[in-house]
Amino acid sequence: MGRILTIIFAVLTVGLIAVGSIHGSSTAPASTPEGAVQSMFANAKSHDWNGAYSYVDPSSNVSEDGFIRDLTGRNGSLRTYSQLDSVNTRVLHESDNEATVRTELKYATAIGASYDTRDLKVIKDEGNWKVQWPAEKEINVPPQVIPVNYLRWDIVWRGAGDDWGAQNVENPNCRILSMNAVERDGNLIIMGEVENEDTVPAFITVGAVLSDNTGKDIAEESSFDKVSHVLLPKEISPYRIDFPGIKKENVKSVRMTHNWMLVPATADPVIGVLNQKIDKDNTGRTVLTGQLINESGQIVNIPHVLATFYDNSGKVIWVSDAYSDHALLPQTPQPFSVSLRDDLAANVHSYRVTVNHYSLNRQE
Amino acid sequence: MRRVIYIALVVALCWFAADCAHADELRVPQNAVAGQPITINGSGTLYLIGPGQVIKRDFKSGSVEIKGEELRSAGRWIASTGSSQSQVFWVKPGKPENLNFLARPSRVPVARPNVISGVTFVFDKYQNMVIDPTPVNFNLSVGGVGSSKTVTSKDGVAWTNSSSASKAGAAQFVASTGDSTVRRVVQQVAADPCNLRMHVAGKSKNMVILETDPIRDCSGNPVPDGTIVTFIQNDQNGKSTVDARIKKDIARAELPASNNATITVAAGVVLGNELHIGGK
Repeated sequence: MGRILTIIFAVLTVGLIAVGSIHGSSTAPASTPEGAVQSMFANAKSHDWNGAYSYVDPSSNVSEDGFIRDLTGRNGSLRTYSQLDSVNTRVLHESDNEATVRTELKYATAIGASYDTRDLKVIKDEGNWKVQWPAEKEINVPPQVIPVNYLRWDIVWRGAGDDWGAQNVENPNCRILSMNAVERDGNLIIMGEVENEDTVPAFITVGAVLSDNTGKDIAEESSFDKVSHVLLPKEISPYRIDFPGIKKENVKSVRMTHNWMLVPATADPVIGVLNQKIDKDNTGRTVLTGQLINESGQIVNIPHVLATFYDNSGKVIWVSDAYSDHALLPQTPQPFSVSLRDDLAANVHSYRVTVNHYSLNRQE
Repeated sequence: MRRVIYIALVVALCWFAADCAHADELRVPQNAVAGQPITINGSGTLYLIGPGQVIKRDFKSGSVEIKGEELRSAGRWIASTGSSQSQVFWVKPGKPENLNFLARPSRVPVARPNVISGVTFVFDKYQNMVIDPTPVNFNLSVGGVGSSKTVTSKDGVAWTNSSSASKAGAAQFVASTGDSTVRRVVQQVAADPCNLRMHVAGKSKNMVILETDPIRDCSGNPVPDGTIVTFIQNDQNGKSTVDARIKKDIARAELPASNNATITVAAGVVLGNELHIGGK
């Protein structure tokens, strides 16, 4: 009996190992438009690129390499550091030979979830549904020399051998220009603007501490990535601090906390924000759209857009941000979109867009 | 006569006895100075206890010489021979040889009254504070032009206030006494821009290049490089903005070419001129 059990467990173990080592590749023909899209992305998620590409309609005129780069990103962009997490599909339109499938892709990235919504055209080819993949146009910047007057700030700190009278260079003077506390969807949100009033760059952090009626601190948060941490002279950044699950009526006072530090910095690259306008996206949500243009000669790998919305009295009523999953190539416009709450859209009188940037191979 | 000789002998004997007694008595200097040698008379073993220092010596031939580099600390010293004999003496600081100089702030706008302060502490070679009045010279200059002032220290401290110059730049703030000189840098920076103006510097098929005139404050100082200047274009496609940085006194931006656009420029709270491009 014992020998039989040993053999059974050995066979079971080998079987489980075999099952575990088999990747979930499926290239079976799709019988529905939604099935074709789902199968394509399921293969892409498991990095079976051949399998995923088998669902792409040949008339898409996209190579397999181009298809892979479309999904995995280029030029050190945020997409290159992300992983496809989930796919939701919905058929918008379907006929005998053609369908449109709205596909909401969710990527897991280092800075949180990143979403991409595409309306994919699916066509029937010899009885099988195939996805017409809209090939992303690969932009090649023509060889050229872009002269840049490179400006940076270096700092000579006091050394170990200096006498005690040798003062360090002082930290920059920054100021919180405004603060507005609002409650949205059961969360308390504190937002406003902060300015570097000095002539040197500053690394800033802005936070807030909430106190209740008894004076006891009940929560403390900081604006993690909803602020430009490096501010150049006279630069203004919005900030937003979210307190999930805290109601405004339970808060007696807000104590702002901040830290300004002098840091070495560069004044490049300059990123222009072109053709900004408030619009509706293809899902009907209100968004601020526009294009980013990198006016310098270096690639900006991960652009981060911060939008500040003001009412007609100039008060900050919303701060929103978005990461672009495409790198900014020199002199090449790249579209961006930042969400705006639909309930606030009517109150927005003006807005301002600033851009953070994260670049590889840049030492600051 | 015999009585006179007897009295003289008694006096001489007493004198000798007193002298012998004084030879064993501990004698310390009354005007010791840090860094200068001293001689102490006595017998047996000498212990010198001062601020942060203890010295032990054996008397040879009734005296001990303490070298200048050993007597480093100014202040109250105790000399003792280990028995009941001990004496207190004071060591004064040496001549001024070191300055500690605190200059505030490290950055300051131009043409502001009494915004720069300098405080010096006067020390001797061994970092003893020199409390005797000592003249300290303060010199603040930008590009070789500046002012100088001599202040006499009181209780070891000399200080001065100064206005920032009307000229921007790295001001050299120098304090000196004797051979000792200490330099600090106070960055004097321009105020807000004055009379901000831009013009079209060039055009291409898709872009228009805008450039400001040299940006200066109302005193004519160039506004520091890196200061943000915002160019804003409004046309039928929406709003386009570029946060440019001043480099070599000018800011420059590229905006999309348009056949009917209004372009404005601003630096902080200062608004510049407005341009219209294209249109009829």
